[in-house]
Amino acid sequence: MTSDAAPEPRDIAVVAFAQSDTLRSTAEVSEVEMLMPVLHDVIAQTGLKTADIGFTCSGSCDYLAGRAFSFTLALDGVGAWPPISESHVEMDGAWALYEAWTKLLSGDADTALVYAYGKSSPGSLRDVLTRQLDPYYVAPLWPDSVALAALQAQALIDAGATDEPELAAIGARSRATDNPRAQLKGPVPQGDYLVRPLRTGDCPPVGDGAAAVVLAAGERARELCERPAWIRGIDHRIEAHSLGVRDLTDSPSTRLAAERAGAFERPVDTAELHASFTSQEVVLRKALRLGDEVAVNPSGGALAANPMMAAGLARIGEAAARIHRGESDRALAHATSGPCLQQNLVAVLEGDPR
Amino acid sequence: MSKEPVAVVGIGQTKHVAARRDVSIAGLVREAAVRALDDAELTWADIDAVVIGKAPDFFEGVMMPELYLADALGAVGKPMLRVHTAGSVGGSTALVAANLVAARVHSTVLTLAFEKQSESNAMWGLSLPIPFQQPLLAGAGGFFAPHVRAYMRRTGAPDTVGSLVAYKDRRNALKNPYAHLHEHDITLEKVQASPMLWDPIRYSETCPSSDGACAMVLTDRAGAARAPRPPAWMLGGAMRSEPTLFAGKDAVSPQAGKDCAADVYRQAGIADPRRDIDAVEMYVPFSWYEPMWLENLGFADEGEGWKLTEAGVTELDGDLPVNMSGGVLSTNPIGASGMIRFAEAALQARGQAGEHQVEGARRVLGHAYGGGSQFFSMWLVGSEPPDA
Repeated sequence: MTSDAAPEPRDIAVVAFAQSDTLRSTAEVSEVEMLMPVLHDVIAQTGLKTADIGFTCSGSCDYLAGRAFSFTLALDGVGAWPPISESHVEMDGAWALYEAWTKLLSGDADTALVYAYGKSSPGSLRDVLTRQLDPYYVAPLWPDSVALAALQAQALIDAGATDEPELAAIGARSRATDNPRAQLKGPVPQGDYLVRPLRTGDCPPVGDGAAAVVLAAGERARELCERPAWIRGIDHRIEAHSLGVRDLTDSPSTRLAAERAGAFERPVDTAELHASFTSQEVVLRKALRLGDEVAVNPSGGALAANPMMAAGLARIGEAAARIHRGESDRALAHATSGPCLQQNLVAVLEGDPR
Repeated sequence: MSKEPVAVVGIGQTKHVAARRDVSIAGLVREAAVRALDDAELTWADIDAVVIGKAPDFFEGVMMPELYLADALGAVGKPMLRVHTAGSVGGSTALVAANLVAARVHSTVLTLAFEKQSESNAMWGLSLPIPFQQPLLAGAGGFFAPHVRAYMRRTGAPDTVGSLVAYKDRRNALKNPYAHLHEHDITLEKVQASPMLWDPIRYSETCPSSDGACAMVLTDRAGAARAPRPPAWMLGGAMRSEPTLFAGKDAVSPQAGKDCAADVYRQAGIADPRRDIDAVEMYVPFSWYEPMWLENLGFADEGEGWKLTEAGVTELDGDLPVNMSGGVLSTNPIGASGMIRFAEAALQARGQAGEHQVEGARRVLGHAYGGGSQFFSMWLVGSEPPDA
């Protein structure tokens, strides 16, 4: 810290969250049509109009739409007229929320709309995701996302960190959710091996969906929401891309992000984890030091609904919504990107003391 | 709310060329990043976060390439953000990075933008048809040509103005060692005799396809105090977006561009941009966009932009030099082009622009736009820090 002390940062909160149903196929609607009801919902919750929003930021990925600049069409749906202050990350919407959070921190805006969406149904997601691997040495071999996750799961089993019955229990618990938006819920058979040691029950459903949140700073947050979910800290870290140089049974980037976000300062009562595979929950629980007393993924998490690019933002939204409803006082939300948990974001949310 | 002042203390570019077959994408970006670090006399350990931008992933055929590039950019163990706002992305990326410093989230941030167009085909990447959408089968030129024609009709500009811009920018590029096109035998007649591509845009009035990367090191006041060379200070920065196509859109002079410039000028205390700003690096992928943006950015009244160009005001030795580096017309690694504008503006404010330096440039505007003239990002940088 320099001699001229920096002013106290502003308090920023998630004040509204909305999401679509996650569906296996939404061929009848465009991305924009899928997104629009979610935007209307989240804005209506706050009573704001588009013109009242200080900053807008979105997350999506061209490769899912199969078309360059696909996000430009979503902007038309936002109603960016008169022109708005707006930005976009080619990442999960959780990182769009991070960008919006820094924008509010700098005082440039008091409110922000963050949205994310993705349709996996137009293509083969397992094939599409191979295109995010090292383009010269790895991508040409087309190792798919389930195969890479299976490597991680096998490494965990080999290390004695988990076994197949424990993984099955994680899958069963995740789908035992009453989340009406979830794609996969209730008694779901563990199924056959997809790629050993992962069975279909260890893998997320492939689905289309959208999510949105509204952020607000200070008193504005209290005006817009009865019990704002204050962002006490948020941080994200990336690891090396190559699986060969990483210990797949651990997630140092998650641990570091959690530390920087202040997650270990006091216990949390809820954790919404972006663990797309049962085995990844094992890794994240360890990195985040989550005990059995913490409600992990009461929404069902990514194993119940995994809309690409929106699933991470939805974790923050679900955690915040529990605070809004008074079901949580201090919650942790996690988002991930890349193969085998390469990049991780952790946010810590708190409600006012009761 | 007081924001932390943001300083540019390191700038690095690759020599932009049609195809860098000697390096991978990782090698290309690392080259620019290392040059920016060297300029700032910093090491990878001094960098707190990395913010990377590029235009569509389809241009190289790599989905979310920041994942693969984490190692090459020293980002392992650090936060890494990936920005994508179409053609304005290079500018937006710098602004997102600057905001991390301004918000006091990080002290020193590496920001980088790139495009390695030779890995794929940008025209193809821009022309993928999808159901129920207008196909854009002629790339960017086919989209923008009608708007240029509308500008000519609206203002009565003579059809010679576009070639003047191209001739100027290509001559400026000869003074910039990093520029892609070095046409030593360029003449105005050659520009005017070049084939018509999308009427009224001629071959020599369009940008090339380049491989290249641009990087900057941004830091706070304390970081600037330690910098070995004079920093450029950010005096204002803004982004604005509007819808692609709607009945009320003025494609010749979009409202989002006007609003974005107004916001930057307000932050920087600019009352009269024509008088208060010394030079401009603006995003001109087709020559006619110089007079168009001169009006949109408030340097000329509506319908008068072409007169500044025609009178030589925007020449390197003119009263308001525009695209001293040679601009997008001479160098266009699409995702990096916006950041090159921002970085070249900062080079000018630092007095480090070499042969294409504008003497006494103290306040310089960097400008980028993208999509269907719908995304805008701009910053104004100066040789003096903003008022405390």
